[in-house]
Amino acid sequence: MRRPLSLALRLTLMFGIAAAVAFTIFGWVIVQSTENHFKDQDSDELEVIADAAQAVLSDNRARLEHALLERRFADILVGHHEASLYVSGPDGRILYASAGPNLSPLASGVREGPGANAVRDWSDSDHNYRVLTEFVYIGDATAKVPYMLAVAVPIEHHLVFLADFRRNLLLLIVASIALMSLMGWIAVRRGHAPLHDIVERIRRIRANELDIRLSPDAVPAELRELAVSFNEMLERVDEVFHRLSEFNADIAHELRTPIATLMTQTEVGLSRARAADEYREILYSNMEEYDRMAKMVGDMLFLAQSDNRRQEHSLTEFNLASEVTALFEFYEGWAEERAVTLALTGATRVTGDRLMLRRALSNLLSNAIRYTPAGGTVQVSLGPSNEGSIRISVSNPGPTISPEHIPRLFDRFYRIDPSRQHDDPGVGLGLAIVKSVVKSHDGTVSVLSADGRTCFEISLPRSGACGS
Amino acid sequence: MKILIVEDEAKISEYLRQGLTEAGFLVDLARNGLDGHHRAMTESYDLVILDVMLPDINGWKILQALRDAGDKVPVLFLTARDTVDDRVKGLELGADDYLVKPFAFAELLARVRTLLRRGAAPAIETSLNVADLELDLMRRRVIRAGRRITLTAKEFALLELLIRHENEVLPRSLIASQVWDMNFDSNTNVIDVAIRRLRAKVDDSFDCKLIHTVRGMGYMLEAAGES
Repeated sequence: MRRPLSLALRLTLMFGIAAAVAFTIFGWVIVQSTENHFKDQDSDELEVIADAAQAVLSDNRARLEHALLERRFADILVGHHEASLYVSGPDGRILYASAGPNLSPLASGVREGPGANAVRDWSDSDHNYRVLTEFVYIGDATAKVPYMLAVAVPIEHHLVFLADFRRNLLLLIVASIALMSLMGWIAVRRGHAPLHDIVERIRRIRANELDIRLSPDAVPAELRELAVSFNEMLERVDEVFHRLSEFNADIAHELRTPIATLMTQTEVGLSRARAADEYREILYSNMEEYDRMAKMVGDMLFLAQSDNRRQEHSLTEFNLASEVTALFEFYEGWAEERAVTLALTGATRVTGDRLMLRRALSNLLSNAIRYTPAGGTVQVSLGPSNEGSIRISVSNPGPTISPEHIPRLFDRFYRIDPSRQHDDPGVGLGLAIVKSVVKSHDGTVSVLSADGRTCFEISLPRSGACGS
Repeated sequence: MKILIVEDEAKISEYLRQGLTEAGFLVDLARNGLDGHHRAMTESYDLVILDVMLPDINGWKILQALRDAGDKVPVLFLTARDTVDDRVKGLELGADDYLVKPFAFAELLARVRTLLRRGAAPAIETSLNVADLELDLMRRRVIRAGRRITLTAKEFALLELLIRHENEVLPRSLIASQVWDMNFDSNTNVIDVAIRRLRAKVDDSFDCKLIHTVRGMGYMLEAAGES
């Protein structure tokens, strides 16, 4: 996957684009208004001259006397020393042509019709002009004759000014865009400072100080969510980390006893020559310890699997009652010897990992049988619960578990009475396995112990939506 | 019966060789993957015991090479990592069985024997006999010295398992998985109780005991006097 653009670059680009668009529109408007302003100015001047020339033509006296006419036309141009005037008669004879550009090509190019009397741009071979051409009709209503007026003002200096203006404006806009982008970039960098602070703080967190939390109130509102979620993640990591390190310590501790036994036994055995039977005895005894250790390792691996590899569940829908019946068959001889009766009520189907759930049930059942006094009954009941989930309960008469043990009962290696651990050949992982299996099925397990009766209750979601 | 063991761990491999040799097998030992690969491909064995984690060529490659070459020799693989992935991979590649370390030697032996038997054409048996004990598989009846013995279904299955593996030590875990389909350690003495109850019916009133406890390993059915 392509790495997304950095935030600073993105925002800088956006600032740049926004500035470019805004300044370009701004510049275009200014240039247009300036141009229009010049155009209006020129048009005004041209119209003033044309109106004056028209007035001269309308005066009958002046039309007759050529010298007078010429003088009066020249007078018009006083005060408009850059402007040029050209007047021709109906017969095409030039009545007046001021000094300056020769306007006769312009005048002769204009035909009567719409658009003839208009201000427009015109250029001769050397210069640019704004010009006005106008047909003027003189005479009475029956015999009108057109005179031709052409007025021109040079606009060279305007064009130069405008070109300069455009160039300067362009430079200014480019510089502004660059400046805006730079400022945007700086602003973004500065805006990111709290983010860098957070990163710096996160970087400082070491494995042994997972209790450090980010303060959600010390960061900008936008980063609050990040800080809160990070704290939550840290919480979970911290919890798992502690559990793991405790678990590690527990494992080491649990292995220490069998290893010590093995070492002592073997050392003493080897300390002098013995009869074959004695060696055999030592080896048998060792075998028992090895067995315990192998069981422990096996249980721990199973736990690790059911804790971490939820996706590996092979889900099937199966009849829970027949699982319990199979377990009853397995335990029935043992229970009979202890004069314990096994009873099942209810039936339900469940979706889950059959082997894992079987193992969890087996652990609960063997515990229940172990702690039931002779003559008692272990009661397993299956069925829907009020909350719409599946309820499995295993209850047995027996010594009440005192309340202080209840919360830790499902912990790994936890034993109610450490000194009596050898009554129970297990390694103290049985209930931890139950909890882990149930949890991996998104279920819960709880225990109630009172008045000489202990009841473990598993609740599983009906849909078997585990691993989701 | 000739068995190849491919296992790099010196102590385990040596003891496996000793154990299997003492159980009456001819054993070749390869201490690394290359050697194992070479022997498996060039020599003919009745069974290969393959460690998955080898320093050079791993066990999967050897297994694959064997199967690619069309060799259907039974393969039992040993793994220290009990993950579903590993098991599935091994079985998909064509292994016949697996054991997770640490395992009981008796368990290995029982599985080796089962795998070796698998190749043989299953005889259609209607009854099993050991000494004066007869198991009528059709009528699910047990008769010892002419006397009818009443067994529950599970007791019958247990006795049948013991007889089918006559003179072999069966570890408790194997019994639990074969008779009750419980593939885990129950941390109880359920198997001992079941054996005790079976003995009460099959052995107690007879002088010649058939079911024997092998301390630290499991149980064995053996007609007295043979050993």
